[in-house]
Amino acid sequence: MNLTLKIWRQPNPDEPGKMVKYHVKDISPDMSFLEMLDVLNEGLILAGDDPVAFDHDCREGICGMCGMVINGVAHGEQKATTTCQLHMRHFTDGATVTVEPWRAAPFPVIKDLVVDRSAFDRIIQAGGFVSVPAGAAPDAHAVPVPKGDADDAFDAATCIGCGACVAACPNGSASLFTAAKITHLGSLPQGQPERASRAKAMVEQMDLEGFGGCTNTGECTAVCPKGISLDTIARMNADFLKASR
Amino acid sequence: MTAIIERGAATSPIEPVEPPASTSAPSPRRPRKPGFFATSTGQKAVMAVTGAILVTFLIAHMAGNLKAFAGAESFNGYALWLREVGYPLLPKRGLLTLAEIGLVVAIALHIWSAVALYRRAAAARPVRYAARRRSQAGGYVVHIMRWGGLTIALFVVYHLLDLTFGVVNPAGGAATPYARMIEGFAPGRWYVTLFYVVAVVMVGLHLRHGLWSAFQTLGLARWRPQLKLSATLLSVALVLGFLCVPFAIMIGAVQ
Amino acid sequence: MNYREGEPIRDTKAPEGPIEERWEKRKFAARLVNPANKRKLSVIVVGTGLAGGSAAATLGELGYQVTSFCYQDSPRRAHSIAAQGGINAAKNYRGDGDSVYRLFYDTVKGGDFRARESNVYRLAQVSVNIIDQAVAQGVPFAREYGGLLDTRSFGGAQVSRTFYARGQTGQQLLLGAYQALERQIAAGTVTMHARHEMLELIVSDGRARGVVVRDMVTGEIESHLADAVVLATGGYGNVFFLSTNAKGCNTTAIWRAHRKGAMFANPCYTQIHPTCIPVSGEYQSKLTLMSESLRNDGRVWVPQEAGDTRRPADIPEDERDYYLERIYPAFGNLVPRDIASRAAKNVCDEGRGVGPGGLGVYLDFADAIARLGRAAVEEKYGNLFEMYERITGEDPYAQPMRIYPAVHYTMGGLWVDYDLQSTIPGLFVVGEANFSDHGANRLGASALMQGLADGYFVLPATIGDYLAGSRDFGPVDEVSVAEAEIAVRDRIERLLAVDGERTADSFHRELGKLMWDYCGMERTEASLTKALERIPELRAEFWRNVKVSGVNEELNQALERAGRVADFFDLAELMCLDALHRTESCGGHFRAESQDADGEALRDDENFAYVAAWEHTPEGPVLHREHLDYEYVTMSQRSYK
Repeated sequence: MNLTLKIWRQPNPDEPGKMVKYHVKDISPDMSFLEMLDVLNEGLILAGDDPVAFDHDCREGICGMCGMVINGVAHGEQKATTTCQLHMRHFTDGATVTVEPWRAAPFPVIKDLVVDRSAFDRIIQAGGFVSVPAGAAPDAHAVPVPKGDADDAFDAATCIGCGACVAACPNGSASLFTAAKITHLGSLPQGQPERASRAKAMVEQMDLEGFGGCTNTGECTAVCPKGISLDTIARMNADFLKASR
Repeated sequence: MTAIIERGAATSPIEPVEPPASTSAPSPRRPRKPGFFATSTGQKAVMAVTGAILVTFLIAHMAGNLKAFAGAESFNGYALWLREVGYPLLPKRGLLTLAEIGLVVAIALHIWSAVALYRRAAAARPVRYAARRRSQAGGYVVHIMRWGGLTIALFVVYHLLDLTFGVVNPAGGAATPYARMIEGFAPGRWYVTLFYVVAVVMVGLHLRHGLWSAFQTLGLARWRPQLKLSATLLSVALVLGFLCVPFAIMIGAVQ
Repeated sequence: MNYREGEPIRDTKAPEGPIEERWEKRKFAARLVNPANKRKLSVIVVGTGLAGGSAAATLGELGYQVTSFCYQDSPRRAHSIAAQGGINAAKNYRGDGDSVYRLFYDTVKGGDFRARESNVYRLAQVSVNIIDQAVAQGVPFAREYGGLLDTRSFGGAQVSRTFYARGQTGQQLLLGAYQALERQIAAGTVTMHARHEMLELIVSDGRARGVVVRDMVTGEIESHLADAVVLATGGYGNVFFLSTNAKGCNTTAIWRAHRKGAMFANPCYTQIHPTCIPVSGEYQSKLTLMSESLRNDGRVWVPQEAGDTRRPADIPEDERDYYLERIYPAFGNLVPRDIASRAAKNVCDEGRGVGPGGLGVYLDFADAIARLGRAAVEEKYGNLFEMYERITGEDPYAQPMRIYPAVHYTMGGLWVDYDLQSTIPGLFVVGEANFSDHGANRLGASALMQGLADGYFVLPATIGDYLAGSRDFGPVDEVSVAEAEIAVRDRIERLLAVDGERTADSFHRELGKLMWDYCGMERTEASLTKALERIPELRAEFWRNVKVSGVNEELNQALERAGRVADFFDLAELMCLDALHRTESCGGHFRAESQDADGEALRDDENFAYVAAWEHTPEGPVLHREHLDYEYVTMSQRSYK
């Protein structure tokens, strides 16, 4: 299949960017979206042009490194799918596809489709952990965890930190990411001692990074490759309000 | 497999935006502790609580409106009762004034939090997407809450001038509340009624999201589907309750 | 390529005595650093996967000044995250007869008697602490209704010792280590440099004292110095271009260290995983693994006749060959990875493979669906089926999956002693980057165990012994730093200056194909000799004809790739040489010349019961043998018939 691509090109954070049009030919429907970009880049390199920079690593939908807004939708329209797992069979021959980086002030563009997501790491630094030094742990069976709690924790813990929630949110909010971690740890007995302080510190850091506030639009969960639920945000709110009393 | 590149085929260049200060200097230590009302979650809580106050008022208001079907005497009596409730233990209009102050504060805080969150959101996305954003969640909320809220705010101003103060009401401020209502929704003033209908529908749509959203904001994660359904039902009930009075006046069922 | 014989090498750190007391003895003998002095000692950790992330966090907790590097944009993305199946631990929570000794025994045997007994025993001992640590961190392992941890049997193990978190165990364990690491970053004990790639090791006065890294955003070349360096940079499976590794995984860090004096052990030991999604075309950039657990219920088959192109549903039962069940009646579809992989290759070589290019075999769930019902199959494997459908566009409920083996893990790596120290003093190597614990074949669910054992428990205990002697280290020689930096700059300039006509990826693809064909699942003297001819030719062409666009002083992914491919050439050569010299078959290394009458791998314990540790010299590789003794587990030929 042949496609027209409109891709955001920006050489570095300080220079202006623009959408640039490319044509790619003979794309196989079995290719992943990133493999299609590989083909484009091979051509660009041989032509002496700058290949399109994009983040990617595992290419199996778990590392969270890849991510682009495809035709206005974070990770493209295929539900519960990262960009690397999106395959070209979902596009029609001759279509025009726009490709843009995540757009959010706390995710400044580094180059082309590559953005700086270190704000997420700093949110985790604020409290997204259980303070237990190596070797200090009691036996794993010392505290049984009800299966329901363990399942809730797991569901929230599947977050891959890709940032699609921020990219899709009309408010540029990182609530889903932050809430997923607060819910994961807050659902387990091991996370209880720091539960209140964690929620407070992480929400404050999230705000400080310049993310928007949540208005419960549900756009985040709709594009989340792991389908993290809006319930996590409610739990974050509950923990935060409790901590603020 | 080949790739052909149209060099320089740029479309609509977009100016870059300065990265915010917070990300340019990554610091693990947080420089300041924002107070509760400075946090996004705190602001949302303010919106939820004030919203709850306003919804309570709306329910009472709608219930009061339905007195119109009981006739002029009953309706005016209700209006009078509102002014004299608690008298002589309390001064006339005492409770009403208190309620009015409460409502004004609630409205002010509701709008304040909306503006604060809007500004936060605008700052968080300085560069817009070139492709038209395609909502993956219905797009309902995005479209309805802010613009709907603005419509409602404008309507409330008119509504007060019309039926409370009677300034823009043909019957004038001195007329009885019932007379103001009948005159206000007279068939000749269909455009006023239309504005009213639009605003009431907006209120309904606003509440359809706002009601369950408030629970979510205040931390109630469970029963989201049930909450959403209840929010919709209550919104529909309110809209119907508010609309049946002017409709009845229009067709002459209430005179 | 010729090599010379060097002096035998010996692990001098493992204590003598009963095996169950050795680790305690070593910990007790290790010198300690007092807490006040720890603050003055610095350690560089490269890589933030299970081994590197947990090591950096733990060293930070102990009070060392840690500097950590990763090439990804966040330490949370290291490829440990993709591990699906689970993590072994000798907890014996099931009471099914598991024990530290049994895990030790299984691992030594599974490694086809090419691993050190002392190391493996320690690994089994420490495994129980890992589970405790992970649970305390909030890793959401699967649980039973009673609230206790669930386990499953994995990879043909006869006890149920594998702890898991659905199909995302690696992710959950890595996030645990990542969170511990971020906690230390917030505490100021660890300084994190993401998007930095190590390009050279700084060796001063015979000791590893730092690394030269490239800031992948600005292109700046930076030198970082410390009292010790830890490499946790993972495996080198990407030498095959197509593997289940992440695209960015590379050998540069350990290869640069090898060139600076660290010996490389058993480079030819590669694990080929039998259940991957087959290649669908030339453009393919990576292969995706599907959990081995699929073989618990799926049946593997191919058509009996070569060249049968009928749709699977049209092939009647009696014209199908369920070859694993036929050849290995005792274990059937659950034979170990290397055996299942080679069997798939054999049937494809006979022309009976299915799918594009005939490189695939069916993994059929029709019987399982008929027996258990679709709902039960969905409950067990739903996410894997979904992943398969997403990638192939085929519905595995309606037609059998196609699978094919793919490179998955490399057992070889830098040689380390019992302390995990390489042959360069002060250079420690942990996780998949070292060679130590898996011998010639790694058992399922053991990689996570080893990475975390190294990072949380072993290295933090042993590195102190080295650092306790820091008074003798002296200042870092400026010349060694300058030389390392210049070497890095020179290489980058050389790569940019070639300005040829082929991309680094196209060379990588060709190298990978060559390695897969000649040094893959089955190796022969002829194929390896051929590879050793072709690799230098291809490398020469690379340095003559590669095209790297752009400049150094920017985010330049073409340059990053070219540098990695350049090192893969050198490593590929050593792998083939190692494979050529080891004329026996063992574990993941199958020499066609060394098989029994039934076509099974035939070990040659008389001549090859050693670790091949390769030293880099300007005159070519030098082989140092580390003899392996088995005091506890009797060497025997594996049999799964």
